[in-house]
Amino acid sequence: MAETHSLQDLQQPAVSSKVFIQRDYSSGTICRFQTKFPSELESRIDKQQFEETIQTLNNLYAEAEKLGGKSYLEGCLACLTAYTIFLCMETHYEKVLKKIARYIKDQNEKTYAPRGLLLTDPIERGLRVVEITIFEDRSIGSGR
Amino acid sequence: MSAVMITRKVRKWEKLPGKNTFCCDGRVMMARQKGVFYLTLFLIIGTCSLFFAFECPYLAVNLSPAIPVFAALLFLFVMAMLLRTSFSDPGVLPRALPEEATFIEMEIEAANGNVPAGQRPPPRIRNVQINNQIVKLKYCYTCKIFRPPRASHCSICDNCVDRFDHHCPWVGNCVGKRNYRYFYLFTLSLSLLTIYIFTFDIVHVVMRSVDSGFLNTLKETPGTVLEVLVCFFTLWSVVGLTGFHTYLISLNQTTNEDIKGSWSGKNRVQNPYSHKNIIKNCCEVLCGPAYPSVLDRRGLMQEDSPASETSPPSSSSMNSVPQTTKTTAPLIPNEHTPDDVKPSIADSAEKTPSPKEEESPAPKLPPLASPETDAETSIIKDKAH
Repeated sequence: MAETHSLQDLQQPAVSSKVFIQRDYSSGTICRFQTKFPSELESRIDKQQFEETIQTLNNLYAEAEKLGGKSYLEGCLACLTAYTIFLCMETHYEKVLKKIARYIKDQNEKTYAPRGLLLTDPIERGLRVVEITIFEDRSIGSGR
Repeated sequence: MSAVMITRKVRKWEKLPGKNTFCCDGRVMMARQKGVFYLTLFLIIGTCSLFFAFECPYLAVNLSPAIPVFAALLFLFVMAMLLRTSFSDPGVLPRALPEEATFIEMEIEAANGNVPAGQRPPPRIRNVQINNQIVKLKYCYTCKIFRPPRASHCSICDNCVDRFDHHCPWVGNCVGKRNYRYFYLFTLSLSLLTIYIFTFDIVHVVMRSVDSGFLNTLKETPGTVLEVLVCFFTLWSVVGLTGFHTYLISLNQTTNEDIKGSWSGKNRVQNPYSHKNIIKNCCEVLCGPAYPSVLDRRGLMQEDSPASETSPPSSSSMNSVPQTTKTTAPLIPNEHTPDDVKPSIADSAEKTPSPKEEESPAPKLPPLASPETDAETSIIKDKAH
């Protein structure tokens, strides 16, 4: 990372590095992210706060992908209308995605932005990673 | 340059790197080869038109007016499912942005250690444990990601597709996580429609033959003969396909996994995604949550994207740079170039030998539950039909 930042200092948004939280597949293909605390964030945010964010995201995705009466009902009703109902109705998943977008915005404003960090909504990265951008301006933990 | 920006806003589908075609400003997404899809449309619409033109009037008067009504409903459902399968995003995984690719590249290097010059680096595989099975995730050199479990790269569309089933030329699209249920319902309803039309063709011929003799009937309604022939030949394949997919759904398998024999039982490997319950598997596949497209095809491109693309955060290490340039080279079927290609690229690495084991080999765990028989996906996809 040390070489990276000297190169990127020249550009205006002083991004020092990015951290990517990978998916956790241990319970199948449902969308979950690893709660392992990346060492790059050590000087910026405390572990609990980070884990809480990821855990909340995981819970929200679990809610979106939950199998059960409600999702089966939605699937069957949609099937009866030859899925044309989705042209005028949001799916449960889409509703939760909006909730997630709001949560991320809120977290960015409250905790991450003041610490020089930025969370990117995983949907913008294909639900593969949670991207956390570390900005240069605080210059404490930049050299790590 | 500025004039272009004013006149036209660029949407994200225009910049997607796969081999797809888009219509309706990104709302519709298909593969590039669509010849067979038009044939499917022609056969279905043609046969149904003949049925409505020749048999339906007679059957409605002499047997029951419900016959054409039900046929029309079934026909509309078939068409809706066909178009839904063909026009939707099968579950394409977007390629990694440069920064993410570099990050993964660095992680791989950290895990592999330094490979001595001239030696081939270990294959890019990451092992994950899913429901107590070890599954190998392979690195995709085109998309620059570790493919999620069950995803595979479609060489026709040049995309990684989540829960890849197969590339179906008949519907002109990949079949994957997002359109599998539509595809299944399409085959199911098409089987019903074929059987329905076939049956009532026969009924029609028999009823007319009683009135005016068999040969006269054939002369009066030449369409019927054609329909019977088309239906007879499609019946077997479509019903067979539906049966095959019903079997797959009940086991929660994909065609891709079935052909590779991923969970065929050798080495005590079992499908870690199955709920071990036929009803629950069917419910999940057919009525589970509808996954959203992650491509955001209609989203607007951000203006600053060229700047961020040209700033390579790739100062990570010397041998990652040629790697990235190599994988972006367009015409190479880089997906399938095996790992043997790499030593020539990675020769600039330092000489210091060091541990080159995977991060978590976990030797005591059950055998690898991944498709080791690597008859890669390209061979597979068309055979499904």
